[in-house]
Amino acid sequence: MRIELVKRKEHSHLMTVLSPLLAVVLTLLTAALLFALAGKDPMIGLYKFFVEPLFDSWSLQELLVKATPLVLIAAGLLLCYLSNNWNIGAEGQFVFGAICGSFVPILFPDFQTVFTLPLMLFFGILGGAAWALIPALLKVRFSTNEILSSLMLVYVANLLLDYLVRGPWRDPEGYNFPESRMFSDAAIMPSIGLGRLTIAAPITIVVIVALAILLSRTLKGFEIRVMGESPRAGEFAGFSRGRLTLFVFAISGGLAGLAGTMEVSGSLNQLLPVISPGYGFTAIIVAFLGRLNPFGILIAGFVLALSYIGGEAVQSSVGISDKISDVIQGMLLFYVLACDTLILYKPRLVRSRRVGTREA
Amino acid sequence: MFEAVLLTVITAATPLLIAAIGELVVERSGVLNLGVEGMMIMGAVVGFGAANLTGSGTVGALAAILAGMGMSAIFGLLVLYLATNQVATGLALTILGLGLSGLIGEAFIGVPGLKLPRLEIAGLSDIPFFGPVVFNQDALVYVGLGLVAIVSYVLFRTRAGLILRAVGDNHGSAHALGYSVLKVRFLAVLFGGGCAGLAGGYMSLAYTPQWVENMTAGRGWIALALVVFASWLPVRVVAGAYLFGAVTVLTFHAQAQGLGIPSQFLSSLPYLATIVVLVIISANRRLTLVNTPACLGKPFVPDR
Repeated sequence: MRIELVKRKEHSHLMTVLSPLLAVVLTLLTAALLFALAGKDPMIGLYKFFVEPLFDSWSLQELLVKATPLVLIAAGLLLCYLSNNWNIGAEGQFVFGAICGSFVPILFPDFQTVFTLPLMLFFGILGGAAWALIPALLKVRFSTNEILSSLMLVYVANLLLDYLVRGPWRDPEGYNFPESRMFSDAAIMPSIGLGRLTIAAPITIVVIVALAILLSRTLKGFEIRVMGESPRAGEFAGFSRGRLTLFVFAISGGLAGLAGTMEVSGSLNQLLPVISPGYGFTAIIVAFLGRLNPFGILIAGFVLALSYIGGEAVQSSVGISDKISDVIQGMLLFYVLACDTLILYKPRLVRSRRVGTREA
Repeated sequence: MFEAVLLTVITAATPLLIAAIGELVVERSGVLNLGVEGMMIMGAVVGFGAANLTGSGTVGALAAILAGMGMSAIFGLLVLYLATNQVATGLALTILGLGLSGLIGEAFIGVPGLKLPRLEIAGLSDIPFFGPVVFNQDALVYVGLGLVAIVSYVLFRTRAGLILRAVGDNHGSAHALGYSVLKVRFLAVLFGGGCAGLAGGYMSLAYTPQWVENMTAGRGWIALALVVFASWLPVRVVAGAYLFGAVTVLTFHAQAQGLGIPSQFLSSLPYLATIVVLVIISANRRLTLVNTPACLGKPFVPDR
């Protein structure tokens, strides 16, 4: 007995919707198994991880705070992946964007006007885009593999941040702690009156809507999808593969940089040696779980944000390491990819009787 | 001094060498496994744990190989038998490996490690300079070099190697000839996983005998770059690995000398060097196109 894949005549619409749900269910089952293996009650573990945070107003706010950068970064990655550009260095673009956005309040602490925050966000977007354009330019000009170059730049950006907060940007009144000075009020994202929620959340919604319009209503969106599915056809239509690569990398890096700046300005209020719990990598999972669809990633962003909050919750209540979040995130991506196979193929059980085949 | 530097270059190069030669075989079969980092880190934590529980470095190394193979088996099942996207699945493997190793490794943080013994070869190890450098390394240094020789021989001098390359260059034809493309690829993926696991085991058993979270620090990714650098030729992997070993060690020594360069800049050198090397190699189209497996990264679903 073995399983054989039979190609479907056309995409299964049912599976397009069902496959992410199936992946989440399989992840829950595996998570239960993990809790049991660690000697904890699986039902209590699952409840504390996935359910309880949804019924607590503080956790719900945290959920939104964490979902915001994930969705924003994934929104950019979506354009890259749809057009077959493998930007996996969003973490670096997030960090470099945050650095570029933060130089205003750190180096010019007395510059406190209504323009301070917009200027920071502008530099954050610019920085993230610039960092992403490095692998894009290398790909277009020298056909250098963008996967490896964008990833290598993650390490470089993290080391640069580490250098800055321990060296030139260290808070002069900070008792030698590796952290920058606190941002002035003019450099902090305004709250929307609900706990830690800032205007970052509405900005993200606007970006998602804009992205959905770009993809479904404009020529650029058409170009992105054509170049992803059939680059040859796209080139006959007069689309330039190189220019598109630069475009999607710039947008994707810009959004990651924006997310980085808003995280630093809205949540941390200063630069620290580590400013991201791996948002740039988790956003890759968000993009795939959301089926590379703008509104899909909105939902997927919440699922992945829940995995961070749930990890913290089970660490304190069940006594299992919050590292379990990373494991659950990795498993989720595996299941998503495996279930996506069902969209294009129909699995069929075959008895291996080997009749009429020359070679087994 | 020079002798000591050379010794550290060899130990820094060995994990890169072992991981890269495994990935080279995988890519020659037409599969791109971006999960090297995840398999390496799992090899590191499982190898460390097994060596600590049993007190034997050999058991540790074997456990590391098994851990890498286990991880690669998940990848192989998805990519080959469910025809999933290879780039995304490889990334998933890395994310899962980093998470799982962190979870498993919490018990080993701060636990003193077990260092693999150096092989003393009677007589030869006492030769001045050459003795310690060439004949007094831990066994895995020789295993790494031996692997390169074996892979090189098998790939280009045996029928099995011919089939492997055929599967990687034209899976349609290989299938038509009656070779099981998926089976060949699965075996190659397992081999790559074993190598990556062993490379990780080397990190936690020989390079720095302890467990630190994320201790592979991107070496799996550098190993992937080395395969491109080597333009898929095993012998060139040795040159690449030793070059990167040298860059790593030079940054350590530059830090020790206190040249006033911030340590973070020196630490970023291996990553920047990887990008520079990739650019130089990929800009040379002749060099890359000749040996790049034509079906690299393309899924294959047999139909009948």
